[in-house]
Amino acid sequence: MRPKTVAVVGAAETTRLGRIPDMSAIGLHADAALNALADCGLTPSDIDGVATAGESPIEIARYLGITPTWADSTSVGGCSFMLHVRHAAAAINEGLCSTVLITHGESGHSRIGARRGAPSPSSLQGQFEAPYGVTGPPTAFTIPALRYLKTHKLSVEDLAWVSVIQREWAAKNPRASMKDPITVADVLAAPMIAWPFTRLMCCLVTDGGGALVLTSAERARDFPRPPVYVLGTGESVETPWISQMLDFNYSTAFRVSGAKAFAEAGISHADVDHLMIYDAFAHLPLYGLEDLGFCEPGEAAGFIRERNTAPGGKLPLNTNGGGLSYMHSGMYGMYALQESVRQMRGLAPAQVPGAKISVCHGVGGMFAAAGTIIFSNEAP
Amino acid sequence: MDRVLPAPTPETRHFWDGCKAGELRLQRCADCAESYFPPRPFCPVCGSRQVEVYRASGKARLYSYIINHRPRPDMGAAPHAIAVVELAEGPRMMTNIVGCPQTPEALVLDMPLEVTFQDHGEIALPVFQPVNG
Repeated sequence: MRPKTVAVVGAAETTRLGRIPDMSAIGLHADAALNALADCGLTPSDIDGVATAGESPIEIARYLGITPTWADSTSVGGCSFMLHVRHAAAAINEGLCSTVLITHGESGHSRIGARRGAPSPSSLQGQFEAPYGVTGPPTAFTIPALRYLKTHKLSVEDLAWVSVIQREWAAKNPRASMKDPITVADVLAAPMIAWPFTRLMCCLVTDGGGALVLTSAERARDFPRPPVYVLGTGESVETPWISQMLDFNYSTAFRVSGAKAFAEAGISHADVDHLMIYDAFAHLPLYGLEDLGFCEPGEAAGFIRERNTAPGGKLPLNTNGGGLSYMHSGMYGMYALQESVRQMRGLAPAQVPGAKISVCHGVGGMFAAAGTIIFSNEAP
Repeated sequence: MDRVLPAPTPETRHFWDGCKAGELRLQRCADCAESYFPPRPFCPVCGSRQVEVYRASGKARLYSYIINHRPRPDMGAAPHAIAVVELAEGPRMMTNIVGCPQTPEALVLDMPLEVTFQDHGEIALPVFQPVNG
């Protein structure tokens, strides 16, 4: 896409986050959507483009009373919303629609109206992964980590530091689920989930949602809040089977998506003021920092331990507390986008002073897909 | 609880028939000689449909793993490894490691492994054990 031709004009999360046993998944979509529409002073009848994952955009459109001229059901896991932003920008630029609503809602903890099915035993995952006891992300997304640690002569403590420093950010955020300080010893002593991952190296499982409204940069100036421009975008997919990831030391999808977004944006890494990297598990920020080009292979753990990504550091990372401490409903990408937008609006609880460029990187499935959005609050 | 088992498809039948017969069968491309997995009737590197099934050595090394402390009910109650091994022929596959303790001390990355087959009636699952273990 061409930089700064499209902007986010509305953004909001669900009214509540965490445990919401009185709302279904589609109800969370709608709550977030209505909050995002209120944020930009629109009503459902102003929307002519709908994108979502988890639910069908058909269902979301009808539920909210929208008759769109464009719909996107891209569903590649937790980074689907990054891809929706990218596709929406292309659709708006091409004139397929003018005002896009992207919604997410997930009853991840309470499982009210939630969808989930085991893979069919005749699918390739059902044949070649499920028989060995995989139960979902904690037992599959985590498998590459030991290889990565060995390649770079790192230890389990290096994973624990990721959780410790993100908790420092969460402590600044009133909406974060987990705010109490933790130490490396606390992380290592937490209940073992899938060695080497303890519970504190795994994301939360909570309920919530979020929504974004995008339109052309030209129109964006007429909305109540300052526009957050889309500066660059990237996406890629790699493999639905963790065992067939091309190399356990890096994510090819991350590298392709990140490089594309930086090229579109026309920026260098030194220009980046704020960074979000989807952290379903503690190893993901390590892969993300390296595969997006902020660190050389093997250097991300030291970069984090030396507090470069911590409060006061030169590259604030996952400033909402991340999936590890803020919230994680299942498809966390929407919350990473929300935090980037808050930072660009200057409204984040742990605001990075003067931040002008935010990179927001999502993973989908288990290293299956990636999406990268680069935002700017500076007018074209 | 019954063990979660695969349901072979026409494209994968040769693999599961091989396991039942005590053979680990891979495919390779007649044009570019690349071995690949999981099974499919074309080469994922060059796209050629000229592929053949062959009996692999069954030798592998431990590439990476986790030890699941909350096992799925059909896997028993004790923590167990879910591993990815790199076959001597190049492809990697998910599996379980048998014939050794399911501990970080016993499961050392790059340790040599060999295939063995676990009988589950219609299906035999390929799993790996330490060589000389």
